[in-house]
Amino acid sequence: MDLSTDYLGFKLQHPFMPGASPMADTLDGVRKLEDAGAAAIVLRSLFEEQVQQEQLLTHRYTDFHRDTFPEAASFLPEPELFHLGPDTYLEHLRRIRTAVNVPVIASLNGLTATSWVEHAALIEQAGASALELNVYAMGADPGEKSSDLEQRLVELLKAVRARVKLPIAVKLSPYFSSLSNLAAQLDDAGASGLVLFNRLFQPELDIEALEVKRVLHLSDSSELPLRLRWLGVLSAQVGCSLAASGGVHSVADAVKVLMTGADVVQVVSLLLKKGPGELKVLREGLSRWLEEHDYQSLGQLRGSMNYESCPDPSAYLRANYLLMLQSWTPET
Amino acid sequence: MQAVARMSSTETLMVDGNEAVAHVAHRLTETIAIYPITPSSTMAELADEWSSQGRTNIWGGIPNVVQLQSEAGAAGTVHGALQAGALTTTFTASQGLLLMIPNLYKLAGELTPFAMHVAARTLATHALSIFGDHSDVMACRQIGTALLASGSVQEAHDLAAVAHAATLQCRLPFMHFFDGFRTSHEVARIEVLSDEVLHALMDAKAEAAQRARALNPDHPVLRGTAQNPDTFFQAREACSPFYAACPDKVQAVMNQLGALTGRQYRLFDYVGHPEAERVIIIMGSGAEVTHELVDALVAKGEKLGVLKVRLFRPWKAEAFLAALPKSVKALAVLDRTKEPGSIGEPLYMDVLSTFAEAGLANAPRIIGGRYGLSSKEFNGGMVKAVFEELGKAKPKNHFTIGIVDDVSHSSLDWDSKFEVAHPQRVQAVFYGLGADGTVGANKNTIKIIGDETKHAAQGYFVYDSKKSGAMTISHLRFGPGPIRSSYLVQSANFVGVHQFQFVDRLDVLSLAAPGAVVLINAPYAKEAVWDRLPREMQAQILEKKLQVYVIDASAVAREAGMAGRINSVMQTCFFAISGVLPRDEAIACIKHSIEKTYKKKGAEVIARNFAAVDATLANLHQLPIPGTVTSQHDRIPVVSKKAPDFVQRVTAVMMANQGDLLPVSAFPPDGTWPTGTSKWEKRDIAAEVPVWDEKICIQCNKCAFVCPHAAIRSKAYPTGALDSAKPSAFKSIPYKGPELPGMAYTIQVSTEDCTGCRLCVEICPAKDKANPKHKSLEMTTRAENRAPEKEELDYFLALPEADRTKVRLEVKGTQLLEPLFEYSGACAGCGETPYLKLLTQLYGDRLLIANATGCTSIYGGNLPTTPYSKNLDGRGPAWANSLFEDNAEFGYGLRLGVDALHDRALRLLTKLGPVVGEVLTKALLEADQSTEALLAEQRARVVALRSVLKGRTDSDSMILSELADYLVKKSVWIVGGDGWAYDIGFGGVDHVLASGRNVNLLVLDTEVYSNTGGQASKATPIGASAKFAAAGKAGGKKDLGMIAMAYGNVYVARVASGAKDAQTVKAFLEAESYDGPSLIIAYSHCIAHGYDMAKGPEQQKRAVDSGVWPLYRHDPRRIEKGEPALQLDSGPPKGSIAEYMHEEARFRITDNLDPERYKRLVKQAQLSAQQHYATYEQLSKLVLPKLP
Repeated sequence: MDLSTDYLGFKLQHPFMPGASPMADTLDGVRKLEDAGAAAIVLRSLFEEQVQQEQLLTHRYTDFHRDTFPEAASFLPEPELFHLGPDTYLEHLRRIRTAVNVPVIASLNGLTATSWVEHAALIEQAGASALELNVYAMGADPGEKSSDLEQRLVELLKAVRARVKLPIAVKLSPYFSSLSNLAAQLDDAGASGLVLFNRLFQPELDIEALEVKRVLHLSDSSELPLRLRWLGVLSAQVGCSLAASGGVHSVADAVKVLMTGADVVQVVSLLLKKGPGELKVLREGLSRWLEEHDYQSLGQLRGSMNYESCPDPSAYLRANYLLMLQSWTPET
Repeated sequence: MQAVARMSSTETLMVDGNEAVAHVAHRLTETIAIYPITPSSTMAELADEWSSQGRTNIWGGIPNVVQLQSEAGAAGTVHGALQAGALTTTFTASQGLLLMIPNLYKLAGELTPFAMHVAARTLATHALSIFGDHSDVMACRQIGTALLASGSVQEAHDLAAVAHAATLQCRLPFMHFFDGFRTSHEVARIEVLSDEVLHALMDAKAEAAQRARALNPDHPVLRGTAQNPDTFFQAREACSPFYAACPDKVQAVMNQLGALTGRQYRLFDYVGHPEAERVIIIMGSGAEVTHELVDALVAKGEKLGVLKVRLFRPWKAEAFLAALPKSVKALAVLDRTKEPGSIGEPLYMDVLSTFAEAGLANAPRIIGGRYGLSSKEFNGGMVKAVFEELGKAKPKNHFTIGIVDDVSHSSLDWDSKFEVAHPQRVQAVFYGLGADGTVGANKNTIKIIGDETKHAAQGYFVYDSKKSGAMTISHLRFGPGPIRSSYLVQSANFVGVHQFQFVDRLDVLSLAAPGAVVLINAPYAKEAVWDRLPREMQAQILEKKLQVYVIDASAVAREAGMAGRINSVMQTCFFAISGVLPRDEAIACIKHSIEKTYKKKGAEVIARNFAAVDATLANLHQLPIPGTVTSQHDRIPVVSKKAPDFVQRVTAVMMANQGDLLPVSAFPPDGTWPTGTSKWEKRDIAAEVPVWDEKICIQCNKCAFVCPHAAIRSKAYPTGALDSAKPSAFKSIPYKGPELPGMAYTIQVSTEDCTGCRLCVEICPAKDKANPKHKSLEMTTRAENRAPEKEELDYFLALPEADRTKVRLEVKGTQLLEPLFEYSGACAGCGETPYLKLLTQLYGDRLLIANATGCTSIYGGNLPTTPYSKNLDGRGPAWANSLFEDNAEFGYGLRLGVDALHDRALRLLTKLGPVVGEVLTKALLEADQSTEALLAEQRARVVALRSVLKGRTDSDSMILSELADYLVKKSVWIVGGDGWAYDIGFGGVDHVLASGRNVNLLVLDTEVYSNTGGQASKATPIGASAKFAAAGKAGGKKDLGMIAMAYGNVYVARVASGAKDAQTVKAFLEAESYDGPSLIIAYSHCIAHGYDMAKGPEQQKRAVDSGVWPLYRHDPRRIEKGEPALQLDSGPPKGSIAEYMHEEARFRITDNLDPERYKRLVKQAQLSAQQHYATYEQLSKLVLPKLP
């Protein structure tokens, strides 16, 4: 079965790849993913905030103690080779690039067009095949209009676009009021692809200690419908590649996101739970499913159920909600 | 001030003396054995760092730098490496040098070429001092090593090379020394000796000869024989020709260096009038000071001179006599050491002997004097006084200069206002706080001026003795060189006041020259600044016609995202106002230096510093000066009027930075000082302090427990004690707890003693149910009017202390006991001091502490004020520091001493039983003293005993009366850090644990040598980067607890109070109650770990949970009960050690250097934690056989 697909200009043998996660943090992990047949490797995000914070805090907790006491000019060694910031990430990227044959997609997470843009250039120099921009904006600032926030995002993409030649995928959250419009703007601004969607850390309450904690729940298939809706809609509206991310836990889940228009499927939770071998399970399962259902290739299936092609496009929009309500009858 | 011309040559470096020496030593050796000791540590650190970076010596090899467990160990290793034929060096000072003496004798006796470098430092006598004099090297003058003295940073660089080259030719070991701090820490520009010059100096044949003498089984020999009366003497005399030949060989190397570099040195360098009549003989940095004055006075026609002694050993009398002008009539020999009881100090004695042996007809009159002990200032005015004394008909011999000796009347008067004039020189002083970056900025400033102009530059930095809120004073000079002024700036044409609080506490303008420029960082609008200056300061500004500039640097830094870090802002101001360089050029240089300095810290740090620089000039304003003093307030008095007489007369003077003015009579002659003085030093350093909301407080007392400075306290007191004097804002609530019914309760913050570390707020578990972000303790910005805070504190302190016999000795109860360790100078958020405070709360009134040198001895015993204090009865910890290496033995000695007096008291009591009465005698002799209540009963019996003995005049009764307090049990604690217990003092620790005596060892384990700047110890864990293990330690932490447990009869506990405070309290109680040796190893978070100290307890929990720091108590008493001796107090490792490690910069450095290696080290750490836990778990189930 021909499972090949195009993503960000790369011809991939099949659509399954690990999403941005710690799985690719070690060379060993990366090799395991490649052995399991990952179509591409997506690295964990280099967090803009984290890079800056680490620099500033290390500065604070080391340099602020310098030259304060007669017996010690400092309290920690400062080896010449020591570099904070993106260097470790870049070095890791370089090593992966030489260790594997599939495309390596680096990931940047942030929302300001400052030092971040420089990091994109460094990532390009380090040999990344493509770049995934993971933008998260909570929209929790009462002083910022939604349009301004979206504009900021588009400007950021433009700034990075102008700086690097790499294909750029933008990983979005679902919480935009006019996602179609934003997607179109990003498409126009040079996005090579969109990744739908990032999964943010969710707050959790410790009701004994009265504390809010950040937790990352692994996804399950219940998160799929949100992806299906927007893949269905956007695949009919934008020209760039689309990746499904979040909620794919079975072959059937994969079939669904591909039918709604995803070019590739990024999987994290499933692999974290069951191991990289699941990539192979998905690939073989998809192949079998296509054969059993008399598809000639993945291309034939991809997007076949999107807003444009499906029998009842209104199901993707508000009508979906109405229908559900109408079909529900109270138990008697 | 004017812009100065640019320089052309660039073959220079701006470095301090330590770096100047290390630069040579590292290039001329193959093996370097090191151990940290102030002020020499930097040489070792640099050598280690350079080798780890792959920097090579001149022969292309990377010197192998190894750390030892002590200087004695380093000396042994040096001896071995030399015997095996390698070119070897070491660096040390003071006590470290003393520990090397036995091996130095061997090296000299075996005629071993070896050069070592000593940043000469005071030896501990009546007190320890980290500062500089020649008492350490003079304690080595009899060994037989050559002694070569340098007086400046350039000389230290040059003569280091002479030492390495000459030793090969002479075969004597060379001790090259220079003044600790004054030279080791002075930053100056040097011309660097190239590899070619060094190659030329190192004689290849002599090197080959050294290798040929190596111990080698291919041509075996034997060294280190034992000789007998028949031969030893003759054999010992056989080395004499080498000593006779040495000086000429040294001179030959000096001549060679002179030919290669143009810098000519001689064994004795004479400077001055060719027909001088009065000459000073001196070595070290004082020679430069003398040189400067001689130049100035000879230019005026005076017939003066100075003879600089370079090669002190072997002493070449002929060269000495030849160097002196024949015209000389009077000589003053200045020694930077004191040899009590001798006829005179060593250099003086040598000069006398030289003239006596020469038998000259017209020998000059010779006097000797002491100067500069422990880096005491030695300046032109003092030199002038010595010359003037020499001119008198009957000059004083054995004088002192630089102090007022009103006891033995040795001192010479001097003109403290005298200064050698340097009209073209810029002299600047800067008052800063340690953490604000002032010193770093000034080091950069000197580098910029040194690099960008043809002028010489000099920087010297003075720190106070506190580790938190420490003040720094930078002394900078630049102008036409050379700068020989090896003393503090006496009059400054620029004064930078980098922290506004100093204006109310110090006379910051005392050094300002008339017309000087003053820059003040003031957190006020420029219009408001003038009125906020105290009267004294306004008056000085008017009188000296000073130009004052102000900037709110803290606001500029905050805006730029660099809160608290004003270095770049103030540096920009300095260049903008001083005009030393054209403004734009200066700013470009500052930015370049920021880039260079913070390159490793990342783009964001650089960007923010740039932003601060860019925003500076718009915020810098000249202050309009009104014609009169308008201020409504004076400077704050240094101490309260309530302070005791000694504190007022002596301590307060030291606190005001005026200690130099105190005469000899002010001091106890034997180093004995009163305790409890820190409470008089109100440092007021916290910008934010905790505020108590009593309404939601749950009275857990955890805040008081974690407070490193005893600045937040709790008290339970009778409700009736609250009287009409109670300040209106004083908070009091009913005490919760059945053991103290009807009591009131207060949490009180001593805001002037708080360091603002936030530990109490972080640990506070009491949250407002409706608004959980509000806790019972919250940090609040200080009020401008602080009088009410003081009133509340005074009222709180005057309330009665809790009844010790009723308090429950659990975490909460311990904090109702009065801490007798308070307001120390430890770092904000220190992880060690809460343990010490707890110790004094539990046993303070009967506690003796033997304290190893280190952080604990510095914040515990560094003057002017000390934290161990007394209760209302006048009882409190008696504390002493012996040395670094012998603390366990010292504490053991305390135990033996106490026991001896206790035994004597028992014997006398038994003997006097009929007089004392049977009942009282029996009760006293057989008293159970295991609880506070029982101790109180025994104290009452002692009072009764004394009353029985009162009036009796027989010697037994009188002695018993005097010794009666020994009938109350004394608690001996031996306290120190991991450097002591794991490394240098381990032999003693081991022996004392094995002794079986009732001593308690408390190891405050920060896992590095914290006091000397974070060098690795054997307590440093796997994966941690520390100095001497910069790449991250590969080996595991030594399991000291397990070693101690192996004795079987030692109580051992491993505690982490931030993780499990209740276990800590239990461990202290059990250790003290155990009648045998006890060892408590206490996890102590430290700034050398590289994270926010307020998160210390949180991080301790991570350490315990991850298994890195298992908690346990091993109590030999349990064996007798048929129970396993070991009880584990923490569970099996859970979660990942990597998460714990990731929180601390010391581990992240290792990760950043080599992530793959780091991952391996983390795995190893994880495995090691599991293995340790498995072992402890087995032991915790092991029931040992016992005696039937």
